[in-house]
Amino acid sequence: MTNVAVALDAKQTWIAEFASSEPDLAGPAWLRPIRKQAIARFEAAGFPTQKHEDWRFTNLAPLLRVPFKPAILGRPDGVLAERLEPFSFGVLKTSRLVFVNGQFSPRLSYLRPLPEGVRVASLAEILRNDPGSVEKDLARHAKYEDDAFVALNTSFFTDGGYIEIPKGTVVEEPIHLVFVSTSHEMPTVSHPRNVVRLGARSQATLIETYAGWAPDVTFTNAVTEISAGPGSVLDHYKIQRESESAYHIATMTVDQDRDSNVMCHSMAFGAALSRSYVHTNFHAEGGSVALNGLFMPSGVQQADNYTRIDHAAPACTSVELYRGILGGKSRGVFNGNIYVRKDAQKTVARQTNKNLLLSKEAFVDSTPGLEILADDVKCNHASTIGQLDENAIFYLRSRGIDEEAARHILTYAFASDVVNQVKVAPIRIKLDQLILSRLPKGAGPGEGL
Amino acid sequence: MLEIKNLQVKVGGKEILKGIDLSIGRGEVHAIMGPNGSGKTTLAQVLAGRLAYEVTGGSVRFEGKDLLAMRPEDRAREGVFMAFQYPVEIPGVSNAYFLKAALNAIRKYRGLEEIDAMDFMGLVQDKAKLLGLDETFMKRGLNEGFSGGEKKKNEVFQMAVLEPKFCILDETDSGLDIDALRLVANGINTMRSPTRSMLVVTHYQRLLDYVIPEHVHVLVDGRIVKSGDADLARNLEKHGYGWILEEAPRPQPARA
Repeated sequence: MTNVAVALDAKQTWIAEFASSEPDLAGPAWLRPIRKQAIARFEAAGFPTQKHEDWRFTNLAPLLRVPFKPAILGRPDGVLAERLEPFSFGVLKTSRLVFVNGQFSPRLSYLRPLPEGVRVASLAEILRNDPGSVEKDLARHAKYEDDAFVALNTSFFTDGGYIEIPKGTVVEEPIHLVFVSTSHEMPTVSHPRNVVRLGARSQATLIETYAGWAPDVTFTNAVTEISAGPGSVLDHYKIQRESESAYHIATMTVDQDRDSNVMCHSMAFGAALSRSYVHTNFHAEGGSVALNGLFMPSGVQQADNYTRIDHAAPACTSVELYRGILGGKSRGVFNGNIYVRKDAQKTVARQTNKNLLLSKEAFVDSTPGLEILADDVKCNHASTIGQLDENAIFYLRSRGIDEEAARHILTYAFASDVVNQVKVAPIRIKLDQLILSRLPKGAGPGEGL
Repeated sequence: MLEIKNLQVKVGGKEILKGIDLSIGRGEVHAIMGPNGSGKTTLAQVLAGRLAYEVTGGSVRFEGKDLLAMRPEDRAREGVFMAFQYPVEIPGVSNAYFLKAALNAIRKYRGLEEIDAMDFMGLVQDKAKLLGLDETFMKRGLNEGFSGGEKKKNEVFQMAVLEPKFCILDETDSGLDIDALRLVANGINTMRSPTRSMLVVTHYQRLLDYVIPEHVHVLVDGRIVKSGDADLARNLEKHGYGWILEEAPRPQPARA
């Protein structure tokens, strides 16, 4: 089958799936028309092909060929708590919500003491018991109108994290959402949906971990919607460590009010094909955002990173730093889009993407982008693709350090700019370990570069 | 300690060293001087193990072992150290991390226990002070944003910490103001000992006013054309390289 035929076929399958499962999807009355509109948009637009500008470098055919089934509802998840241990952060104390194939697992979850008024719950539970509190946010930030995967998620989601921080409240301990994707005989799909609301001058640290184990074939299609109130501070981490046979597509939309300060860290290690889309919007002046990304595919993995920062208000600052480290025959994409609207004077926007190729067969497409309609702004972008510096390797070797260690030190150093942006020390330590564990072994002059 | 016999080296297919003979005994300091392009840096780099240099003939023995057969890291572990003319900047690797990794790699090779962080800091503190490097220096990225002088001091500092048997100083004086030159020279002189040998590669006499060599060799067009004592360096400073070029035998016809 051609890729176009595959996409068409997959589209029909999803539409039929919706028709049969829609009556059983839980949720308040106001959600049903939204789901129907979303599937209608999906039906009209279909899956993007490589003719779409934003999908030029991403061939979805391998994903669309797999006959994914939703994990059977109500089935005991069978994931042992010990298996989640590697996804925690050492001494770091967090509240933790665990979702297995999209379903909340009370057994694996726990809440630490939280300040008054803070709500950390499963979205399904909120939709059951207090749907009014989520109505103003759910499907209001992440637009299904122009994105097939957001549309699918909106049509099918059943659960995810719901986090609400009241105004003026500082939550000291991070909140950890863990999404475990597993499969047995049949490839499984899940559509986690997270809704996060930060009240005025509130502060929180949120971690999303996407977990899985080889050789499970899974498809995780996640959407996170965040609204950051005036003067709020959010430190957000997304750490993707799914099975290397998994497909992972995640969209995060952040709407920022006046003087809010958001950091979005995106770290991609797992999945056969992953695509992370981070989309932030400044709606009022004085906001700042930092997008801090690391993608580290190896073998035959592909890791795509799309970002869009919409400066729709004046005097906001965005700093974007993405680094790719690509080994084996892996591929990566960085596509950064900064949009400065006409009235967004005094905008400061800096975008940097640097890529390190550890093998001759690795490949990266880097497309930095700035579109500026205002005239009083400070904006720049830079993009580089390179290999390890042979002079630097020789310098280290000339001091007694062996070649493999020299290459490791330099690769690790390359990631350090991004890792050093991580404010929470146990997360930083965990990232260090993950990076070190993924460095190629025994790369001599004959292999690698 | 070091025996170089008829060493011939090509770089990018071009013959740069055309048969070098040099014998450096234990505890001796030798200087190699010569005009630009004479092959001084090539000699230093070949001894340190730079791969881009093709040895087409001759031999180098270090304490009786075939130096040219060793990987660069093994040369370092055996006790060879080159202070680079252009030290490399490596952001993201702190000076402390780098130097501790180097020291431990060398110690491991020699069958010694790895040094822990506390002992390491104790070891480096005095040596850093000797070279006028302040405390923040160890935490900064390796040579990252260092001035030319700081980079050269760092080379000599590394040498002081790693305590090699044989030191090659490649244009270590270039780019130094007089204060930095004195600090660097003092650092080098502190390391002189009856068991440690040095090869000082330089274009100018300047460093040799402070680090006084026993032997001076003049390298011209890939060959040592004259050897002498420290007075030879002073003569070169006074009269330039012209008189040597005229005096030197030229076995090959002059290039067009």
